[in-house]
Amino acid sequence: MRLLSVRGVSKRFGGLQAVEDVSFDVSQGTIKGLIGPNGAGKTTLFNLITGFLRPDRGSIVFDEAEVQGLPPHQIAARGMVRTFQQIRLFPKMTALENIMVGCHLHTRGGFLAGMLHLPFTWREERRTREKARGTLELLGLSDVADEEAIRLAYGQQRVVELGRALACEPRILLLDEPAAGLNIRETAEVGKLIRRIRDTGVTVLLVEHDISLIMEISDEIIVLSYGQKIAEDKPLAIQRDGEVIRIYLGEGDA
Amino acid sequence: MSIDLFFQYVVAGITYGTIYAVVAIGFNIIYNTTGIINFAQGEFVMLGGMTAVTFHQFLPLPAAILVAVLITTVIGALVEILFIRWLYQPSVLRMIIITIGLSILIRETALHIWGESVRSLPYFTGSSVTSIRFGGVYLSPQVLWVVGLCTLVVALLSVFFNYTLLGRQMRACAANRDAARLCGISAKNMVTLSFMLSAAIGALGGSVVCPITYVKYDSGTPLAIKGFAVAILGGLGNSLAAAGAGMILGALESFSISILPAAYKDAIAITILLLVLFVKPSGLFGSAEAARLKEF
Amino acid sequence: MRGRYLQLLGFTGLIVAIQLATQLTGNPYHLTQLTMSAYYSLLVIGLCLLIGYAGQISIGHAGFFAIGGYLSALLTTHDLSAHKGTAFMWLAKAGVLSSRTGLYGGDLLTVHPWAACLVAIFATVGIAYAVGGPVLKLKGHYLAMATLGFGSIVYRIVLGSAMVGAADGISEVPPFSLFPGLEVSGRAPLRVQNYYLAWGLVIAGMALLLNLVHSRAGRALSAIHGAEDAADATGIPTARYKLYTFVLSAAYAGLAGVLLTHFNGGIGPSEASIMKSIRYVAIVAVGGMANLWGALLMSLLLNYLSLRGYFGTYDDAVFGGILILIMLFAPEGLLRRQLPGELRRLFSRGDAEEAP
Repeated sequence: MRLLSVRGVSKRFGGLQAVEDVSFDVSQGTIKGLIGPNGAGKTTLFNLITGFLRPDRGSIVFDEAEVQGLPPHQIAARGMVRTFQQIRLFPKMTALENIMVGCHLHTRGGFLAGMLHLPFTWREERRTREKARGTLELLGLSDVADEEAIRLAYGQQRVVELGRALACEPRILLLDEPAAGLNIRETAEVGKLIRRIRDTGVTVLLVEHDISLIMEISDEIIVLSYGQKIAEDKPLAIQRDGEVIRIYLGEGDA
Repeated sequence: MSIDLFFQYVVAGITYGTIYAVVAIGFNIIYNTTGIINFAQGEFVMLGGMTAVTFHQFLPLPAAILVAVLITTVIGALVEILFIRWLYQPSVLRMIIITIGLSILIRETALHIWGESVRSLPYFTGSSVTSIRFGGVYLSPQVLWVVGLCTLVVALLSVFFNYTLLGRQMRACAANRDAARLCGISAKNMVTLSFMLSAAIGALGGSVVCPITYVKYDSGTPLAIKGFAVAILGGLGNSLAAAGAGMILGALESFSISILPAAYKDAIAITILLLVLFVKPSGLFGSAEAARLKEF
Repeated sequence: MRGRYLQLLGFTGLIVAIQLATQLTGNPYHLTQLTMSAYYSLLVIGLCLLIGYAGQISIGHAGFFAIGGYLSALLTTHDLSAHKGTAFMWLAKAGVLSSRTGLYGGDLLTVHPWAACLVAIFATVGIAYAVGGPVLKLKGHYLAMATLGFGSIVYRIVLGSAMVGAADGISEVPPFSLFPGLEVSGRAPLRVQNYYLAWGLVIAGMALLLNLVHSRAGRALSAIHGAEDAADATGIPTARYKLYTFVLSAAYAGLAGVLLTHFNGGIGPSEASIMKSIRYVAIVAVGGMANLWGALLMSLLLNYLSLRGYFGTYDDAVFGGILILIMLFAPEGLLRRQLPGELRRLFSRGDAEEAP
């Protein structure tokens, strides 16, 4: 089943055509990789899909509903959650609190309920806290739960951000360079984590520069260059695609 | 409305518009170099006028104005060195609050030095009743001084930024601070220079318009707001547009007297400011990309 | 959670202690100034929520204070006697209007303070809602300037309109009788009563805000302040929440305006001035931006000192100076969480490094 369908999406910034007529599908329960040289438009594409930018043209269909033009929080509410290339944790909040924010979508208490400290919020807060703790435990970060999030090691911060996204109970997770800045061991851990996430039923679309990671865990890979999609295939086929090799390594010269 | 009245309004509009433009250009210079909005800009104008008046008591007029400009320039440099220079990557909020605080301090100091009285310089040529005839219109020669000197300043600034080494260095710093530093340009000094430049033109503007508008310890704040409105209207960072936008505001204010009570005249600038911010924050002549270029 | 209520209790104790202390000095004016301080503090804590927790600066909040105060003053002093015998009379029967004797004898027919208060608050909230939408889309200097502009416009309107007394403001505002026996007014015999009423309101308002800050919505606000796009990506409707916070802080300011006007018996355009708005921001800043208790304690202290005239003619300069000093040396404010740790480190140099 096609969970996410991107059709003919284009975006121009002044003189630069950042994304041009990109179309692809992501099937439910799969891991789809998105690669391309710097400036190819990968993050712009993410921004377009998740509502941070409005496409000039094209449509984005998620779970059989058109979502282009919706504000980011509504897209997140529908089950499409993203992470950021540069870690965007909430400063001045602990790791636990960061993940608790992820539970916002599935709880109710608003301003009035909060101010009056209504009884239903007591239960909700307790459940939110437990759920966040559970998530941290799953990710192996229980011992840093009460540390200020931005003081954690870089690798741990990435995992916390992932945990926050998971707490949103997404149907599809869009990961923007989850292994950026990680060493080999940490990258392998992230790869394992992403596979486990997929096994729980969450679809994954990820952008990565670490080619080996992407090749290893993706079911299919899309290659972007100068805003256009130039290939979409299984990893092995991508590795052998002459066009892909050319855009990464340049024309062969003497 | 009679033709005479119409031209009176136009002349008043141009006069005030020029001053607003000068304040706006001051904003732009500092903004382009540092990304900071200097809320104390209006105080430089006020200081220029006040200091000139004080020194005119024992110096001939041109010398008094020169001294006033120099003193205000030094104050501008001090402000930057003492309060801004050593901040490490301050947030926008922090800078806003600091410059607001500075504006208050300067104003209160002015209050304690000069009191609440209104002061003014004598007209540069002639007096308050001399007028030159331009076709069917009577102009005070001071208006010519205002427009003339300010146009000269804008022209000189344009030459400075485009043709002198120092000016180019400042533009480099504005465009890309790190790259400029890699080329050996001292970003810190450029920042100080931008404050000095803004203070200087503010002070000159304040002195030259002083005979017409008078100056008081608190003249600075409304000027800052109007100057900011003009800067935003033209597109923040774009000084040529600021000149045009200044004329627009001056004209609107001037003509508004014919339909609104005088008390609401000051509210026009604020209304324009809010309208621009809500509808097109990049200003009339601005675009997001042009703003990013931060050219003079 | 229990810690919160302990703090409130402690603060209540402080309030009582202060009142008893003033009894000892035998100078009743202290109470009046402390009561005024309370109403300003109501505005300050609302502003603290907006600036410190939601991260939106407003240098025009005195505008909301003035809208509330002026509307209430206008409605309770504008004589509607001329309209006797018209449709207005059913309002009188409904209890909305009230009669009283004017200063020079003669009968006055005005709006009852309760109705006036409700209208004033609704208007303040409505205006905040309308203005907040477009204003909060802005960031950084643009937001600051827009709020400054808003405050300026309110100031110019009240300064320039003859209907609200122009430069003289509105005086002879009647006391606000809340219940039989409980009245907001500056009358001498009611000083103690008004003191506790005012501070009681502040404590209640504080409780609501403390609850909010520790709730799901409060966490969302901190998230918005910390990283707005990440908050959006996590499903938080940032624009809506910012607006709610703005409106809430405006409501606090408006209510403060209404009550202080009835307490003082009048209001003038200076309450809408930019200097007042800046003063409130200065107090929030020095108390520690995201620190409700800090803001409240600083407000109590600084407003009281200012009202007593301790700062003399340097009143405005003091607040300007505070702003600068705090922003230069302690941008997180003076009463912040990390302070004890920092002081400890300062005084234990040479000892083993403390773990971060």
